[in-house]
Amino acid sequence: MTDATPKVELRGVKKRFGSKVVLDGVDLKIDRAESLVVIGGSGTGKSVMIKCVLGILRPEEGEIFVDGEEVTKLRGRARDEYLKKFSMLFQGAALFDSLTVWENVAFGLIQGRGMNRKQARDIAIEKLAKVGLGADVALLSPAELSGGMQKRVGLARAIASDPQIIFFDEPTTGLDPIMADVINDLIVSSVEGMGITTLSITHDMASARKISNRIAMLYKGKIIWDGPTKKIDASGNEYVDQFIHGRAVGPIKMEVRA
Amino acid sequence: MNIFALVGRAVLTFLAMAGRLGIFTGRAVTHCVSPPIYWSLLLKQMFRIGWLSLPVVGLTAFFTGGVLALQIYIGSYRYGAEAFVPQVVALGICRELGPVIAGLMFAGRVAAAIAAEIGTMRVTEQIDALTTLATNPFKYLVAPRMLAAVITMPLLVGVADIIGIFGGYSVSTSSLGFNGYVYLNNSVNFLTNQDVFSGLIKAAAFGFIVSLMGCYHGFNSKGGAQGVGAATTDAVTSSMILILAANYILTSLLFET
Repeated sequence: MTDATPKVELRGVKKRFGSKVVLDGVDLKIDRAESLVVIGGSGTGKSVMIKCVLGILRPEEGEIFVDGEEVTKLRGRARDEYLKKFSMLFQGAALFDSLTVWENVAFGLIQGRGMNRKQARDIAIEKLAKVGLGADVALLSPAELSGGMQKRVGLARAIASDPQIIFFDEPTTGLDPIMADVINDLIVSSVEGMGITTLSITHDMASARKISNRIAMLYKGKIIWDGPTKKIDASGNEYVDQFIHGRAVGPIKMEVRA
Repeated sequence: MNIFALVGRAVLTFLAMAGRLGIFTGRAVTHCVSPPIYWSLLLKQMFRIGWLSLPVVGLTAFFTGGVLALQIYIGSYRYGAEAFVPQVVALGICRELGPVIAGLMFAGRVAAAIAAEIGTMRVTEQIDALTTLATNPFKYLVAPRMLAAVITMPLLVGVADIIGIFGGYSVSTSSLGFNGYVYLNNSVNFLTNQDVFSGLIKAAAFGFIVSLMGCYHGFNSKGGAQGVGAATTDAVTSSMILILAANYILTSLLFET
């Protein structure tokens, strides 16, 4: 593996659900330590794309390479090892409600890596502090937290196992603008300088501009534009223009039936 | 629509479902018997699934035993054979009603709880989150529940047998004029190992069915609250039907005079 090898690469990935084509040949490269945001309307297959990389869903066609290794055929123990490179912040945080906050954060360390609870707990408290939560929160259950706090705990859980690649699924959806910005700042501060590669999906442009250094747009199952974040306003692509300015009128027609 | 198309579609849907269930069962059983086994989760589930089912199963067994004694008394009295009440009650409870009644109560309580819990975890992406934290959901969620159900169900039925016979004993001694010592003596001496063990084997099979249905429907629930509700209903009804079907098959297999 050289530095020129992309960290994650998708080649012609196709995924259908019944007769509905969700991904129609996605090609995408993410370099090491790069922060890529994929934008696109609701139901354009952004989440499906991430689930294909994680192997939660299997694409019908195409290849996915991580560190130059083809991963869609991985099974059993090889797949478990592969998954240790990743972590993910889910849209609804997806915290385990049967566990306390610190057990959630330490989950990957205790279950995934077999670390002892005392040591894992110390790391969990340290990661919670990194996202601005005190040790007093550690013993609460996730149901006692507000949406913004749950997202923070989810972020702490995502960075707890020192992953190489983090996926962010709509990190700011459902939060007020100030809390959304706090989460954006935390995402930037928790990954910068660590050499972590991130792939985020969002339709919140403020968030996309803040947390990315490259943006790609997914439309009708294909990547229709891909470029540096600072060039997004001069993309010359009318689909991108319509999306980033949030106009109802333009080439993108809202499909009522998903 | 063409009748052949309709029949064909129904058959294909059925085969697809049977295939999915078969694959799910295979994966579940593999994870139940291969290391690592999460012992603390297993103990927790044995407590929740087994111990907490004890009051429900015990109460139903008690009343079933009581009713059985009354009805058998009515029937046998017509032939002057009422002395056989203890034997028939013991036989009915151990071979048949203990496992079946406990199994049905277990389905109502445990299949519903498992399906609702795992279904909610599915729709809130907690199961996907497990995968991203390098934890296999089958190992972490399915295996402990299925093992716990298969282990605790025979224990529960053992207790239900005793309570059921005691239910028959209470009714017979209080209102049918039986002597307590003779009643118990007749019950215990009459039963063979085969009578008791065939019931316990059924119990383990019913525990397997209930936990499998709970996990399967929970895992495959879709949508939100409505999807979880549907999964819970499916888990309970399918495990009840499968219990009664399996009961017939097991009874014919274990049939021995």
